[in-house]
Amino acid sequence: MHDKTARLTTDEYTQLAPVVRLLIALLVSVAAAGLAYVVLSLPLVANGLKEAVAEHLALSGVSHPVTAVLLNFRGYDTLLEMGVLLLALLGVWSLGGIPQQREPSPGAVLDMLSRLLVPVLILVAGYLLWVGAHAPGGAFQAGSVLGAAGVLLLLAGWRPGARFVGLPLRITLVTGLGVFVVVGVTVMLVGGRLLEYPPSLAGALILLIEAAATLSIGITLAALFLGGRPETRVHR
Amino acid sequence: MSNVVFYALTGVGLFTLGLYALIVHVHLLRKILAINVMGSGVFLVLVALAARTQEAAPDPVPHAMVITGIVVAISATALALVLMLRVRAETGRATLPEEPLG
Amino acid sequence: MQDFSWGVLVILLPLAGAVSCFLWPRRAVTLGLITALGVVACVAGLGWQVVEQGAQRYAVGGWGAPMGIDLYVDGLSVLMLMVTALVGLGISVYSSGYFDRDKAIHFWPLWMFLWTALNALFLSADIFNLYVTLELLGLAAVALVALAGGADALTGAMRYLLVSLLGSLAYLLGVALLYHSYGSVDIAILAQRVEPSPAVWAAVGLMSAGLLLKTALFPLHFWLPPAHASAPVPVSALLSALVVKASFYILLRLWLEVFPPTNAALGQLLGLLGAAAVLWGGLQALRQTRLKMLIAYSTVAQLGYLFLAFPLGTSIAWKGALYLLLSHAVAKAAMFMAAGNILRFGGHDRIADLDRVAQRLPLTLTAFGLAGVSSMGLPPSGGFIAKWLLLDAALRAEQWWWAIILILGGLLAAAYVFKVIGHAFTQAEVTHEAGAVPATMEWAALALALAAILLGLVALWPLALMEIGSPFGEEAAA
Repeated sequence: MHDKTARLTTDEYTQLAPVVRLLIALLVSVAAAGLAYVVLSLPLVANGLKEAVAEHLALSGVSHPVTAVLLNFRGYDTLLEMGVLLLALLGVWSLGGIPQQREPSPGAVLDMLSRLLVPVLILVAGYLLWVGAHAPGGAFQAGSVLGAAGVLLLLAGWRPGARFVGLPLRITLVTGLGVFVVVGVTVMLVGGRLLEYPPSLAGALILLIEAAATLSIGITLAALFLGGRPETRVHR
Repeated sequence: MSNVVFYALTGVGLFTLGLYALIVHVHLLRKILAINVMGSGVFLVLVALAARTQEAAPDPVPHAMVITGIVVAISATALALVLMLRVRAETGRATLPEEPLG
Repeated sequence: MQDFSWGVLVILLPLAGAVSCFLWPRRAVTLGLITALGVVACVAGLGWQVVEQGAQRYAVGGWGAPMGIDLYVDGLSVLMLMVTALVGLGISVYSSGYFDRDKAIHFWPLWMFLWTALNALFLSADIFNLYVTLELLGLAAVALVALAGGADALTGAMRYLLVSLLGSLAYLLGVALLYHSYGSVDIAILAQRVEPSPAVWAAVGLMSAGLLLKTALFPLHFWLPPAHASAPVPVSALLSALVVKASFYILLRLWLEVFPPTNAALGQLLGLLGAAAVLWGGLQALRQTRLKMLIAYSTVAQLGYLFLAFPLGTSIAWKGALYLLLSHAVAKAAMFMAAGNILRFGGHDRIADLDRVAQRLPLTLTAFGLAGVSSMGLPPSGGFIAKWLLLDAALRAEQWWWAIILILGGLLAAAYVFKVIGHAFTQAEVTHEAGAVPATMEWAALALALAAILLGLVALWPLALMEIGSPFGEEAAA
């Protein structure tokens, strides 16, 4: 059971004796049953905060309730969450590069599809960003699609140019969080509270924040996929 | 069984299945996947129970919470994966050493 | 609602610091130190405001709970912020001398993010917001542990990450159940609406399990010694002093506000586990051969004391536990820093080979000794005041068995502290080449150790501060 090689065979997926595994399975099943009972005990109808959100939706600057909650009513959570995303990238970069495998040149399918899909993905991201104000969509959704475009490019062997890697890259990465904080503090300085957008400007401010966030999120996700700082990956 | 209850129970099931896998499996990638499954379970519970509203439109606050949760989960998974690769590079295997009890 | 600029600054300043350290890595140390001083000033400002005006609630975005997120500051939050600021400043100074250029570039942004997470956590009044801050905290801590490189640190960090994520997910499921039962994630609103029900029992169990895992209460402490011992020294200090206390703080808040319907049974259980932690941690610390491992197990033991307050539940008991939290934060940070100095000096931290550290690093050994005095609970020190309060509470509540645990714990602490000091006076069998220890590192350690002693002399003011806002409920003042 305790082999020294780097690979584990399927038989050695666990180090626990069968009896112990059974015991754990029993305990976990009991927990599942308890939680199931709890879920069944909850009232069948509950509106939660839906009415409160609907009441204030007109003041929020957007007409889609989820976007309103995410970017306005509970915008502070979103601000911190952008911090979490950036922090993850910082953590990944601090770990140094991951061991490199030789990059094969992209096959014909990947090569062609990436050329076709990446522009489409960028357009879709732009659309999702715009439509988030009145339908499901918004910064995170658009950012994910943009990140997917980035991943596709990276898979096809593209790397950012040497001029871009370095301070310009770092600035793009922090733009989302930075704009969010700057907007939040500015409205505070002008007499409101933190992140208290004046209702007349709320829509525009939210779009501004979301645009910056989309860019940052997309680039952060692509950078996370890379697993190390771009300049360390020198390959031909 | 109504839709809401079905999905919420599925969420509970995913949570506990993931928990079992996290404890029992040795390979780090499986542990990371187990955490992701658990996370999906929690998100499913959040979103399913949000559909218990009187009219068709669901409660938007849990939806926003789940979006936040998904982003957090991605960030954590990315860090975990790179950390796992570094552990493998340093120790030759993607597992945690035997834990000394206590 | 009054002006809350200090509070907002306390959260956003370290965030700005993190971003600027990230953007200008060559200036990272300077930017980090300036930010640290700035945060200390803002915390002082906020503390002043709370002393003058009492507890305050601030609706971020102007919406107010339950739809928006509220920030809440009372004496307890201010106290946590002050401990964080004090230890944070000490560690910042220490780190400026500790890390080489390459590591420093990564350390400072991560440390500033950690500080942001802590400050945001202590000011939040919303359980979902607390989840986000917990994740921010956990990821920053893991990345900092992994900075040390090497197999031990990386596996320690990996285990810590998995444990941290497990804890967070259990907590989040509890949040989900509470929201779907009562329609809010605001602590104050939940406090009014919560009643005993299956959902609350499940939420209490889940959230407690998750938070106890993060606070490393016996028997969920298994991840702590490997992570804390293998991390870079300033990171070990941060983790033991501050990060594990953050999840304790959340548990305390929930216990006082949201959990009361279910408290009676759980209190005794937590006390028992705390007692087990004190004894087990102390015994394990005695067995260690490496200094940092010893200090890590000492953390496990000292964290156990914090939970002795739960079965007692009186105002004195909470104050004792919080005073212990305060003193331990400062003393443990000093201890780890002293260990770091010894490590830098001798190139190793084997206790048996400490080789006359007393003569060659007098400042460091004094720091270790003073920190040890606080850990043992000897007067005059913060640890003594804390244990005195806990003893008083235990005897008043006629639960004298906790008193025995307190005394035994003190004896064990004395044993392992003197073990280290004894070896520090003797000559090792093989004399080692001395490495240079920067003055900033020695003085930072000594300053924090002196703070631990000072806490024993100026106890009235922090204790009065804790009372602001009546976090412990409207009991007969004891």
